[in-house]
Amino acid sequence: MSITEVLFWFLTALALLSALMVVFSRNPVHSVLWLIAVFFAISGHYIILNAQFLAIVNLIVYAGAIMVLFLFVIMLMNLNAEAEPQKNRWLWWAGTIAGGSLMLVIIAALKDTETKTQMAFVKGGDIGLIQNLGMVLFKDYVLPFEISSVLFLSAMVGAVVIGKKD
Amino acid sequence: MPINYYIFLAVALFSIGVIGVLTRRNAIIVFMCIELMLNAVNLLLVAFSKMHYANAVTFNPGTTTGAEAQLFVFFIMVVAAAEVSVGLAIIVMMYRNIHSVDINFLNRLKH
Repeated sequence: MSITEVLFWFLTALALLSALMVVFSRNPVHSVLWLIAVFFAISGHYIILNAQFLAIVNLIVYAGAIMVLFLFVIMLMNLNAEAEPQKNRWLWWAGTIAGGSLMLVIIAALKDTETKTQMAFVKGGDIGLIQNLGMVLFKDYVLPFEISSVLFLSAMVGAVVIGKKD
Repeated sequence: MPINYYIFLAVALFSIGVIGVLTRRNAIIVFMCIELMLNAVNLLLVAFSKMHYANAVTFNPGTTTGAEAQLFVFFIMVVAAAEVSVGLAIIVMMYRNIHSVDINFLNRLKH
């Protein structure tokens, strides 16, 4: 096994384990911390695929900004394992079986498709570098880029309007 | 890396997110599981981008095939950031009104 494969399997195991801990840990603060671990593992996958810009943006935006926002809200509400709503055993089984069935169906449908022989280019290829992405973004996709700034403005106004008292 | 491994990893992460949305009753955890599902899709988009790049680069070494998929991931991140700000504001307002984040209390549309 080459070092890339070792890294791939390590990051895969880390991502799956942390994702399971997000769902099954009782303390909401622990869930947030495990979700940050998932984002670090996914950023590691981006680095293996040489999508360097997305790896850094994923760390800065998700692990840095969004997760801190979640932590602030959880600590503001003083949530902990005792305040966690009691869940119904039957509901838990129904949800787990439904999600597992979804996974089984998708994997069974995609197992023997023609993508089976395709390979993803790892450790190389320079389309994920910021130079190429910037050229494509500001040449072909400059209009969606500007529209997303309007989206941010409306989200900011909406958050302030919803969040202010009465 | 075979693209199948990435497909299965993304499907597993997405399904774990679905299980979290279906089983948990804390609104913030439900929201975090939605972020998990978005990230599974992002990972799959980047893997497919590199797959198409690997197919195109053998014929044309200077190609930029697949860069659109990574830009798509970038825009998904933009929309997710906007969504999180508004969603957390809604959750804070819900906590202020009913002093709980249990989504089972949000059944007033039922009666």
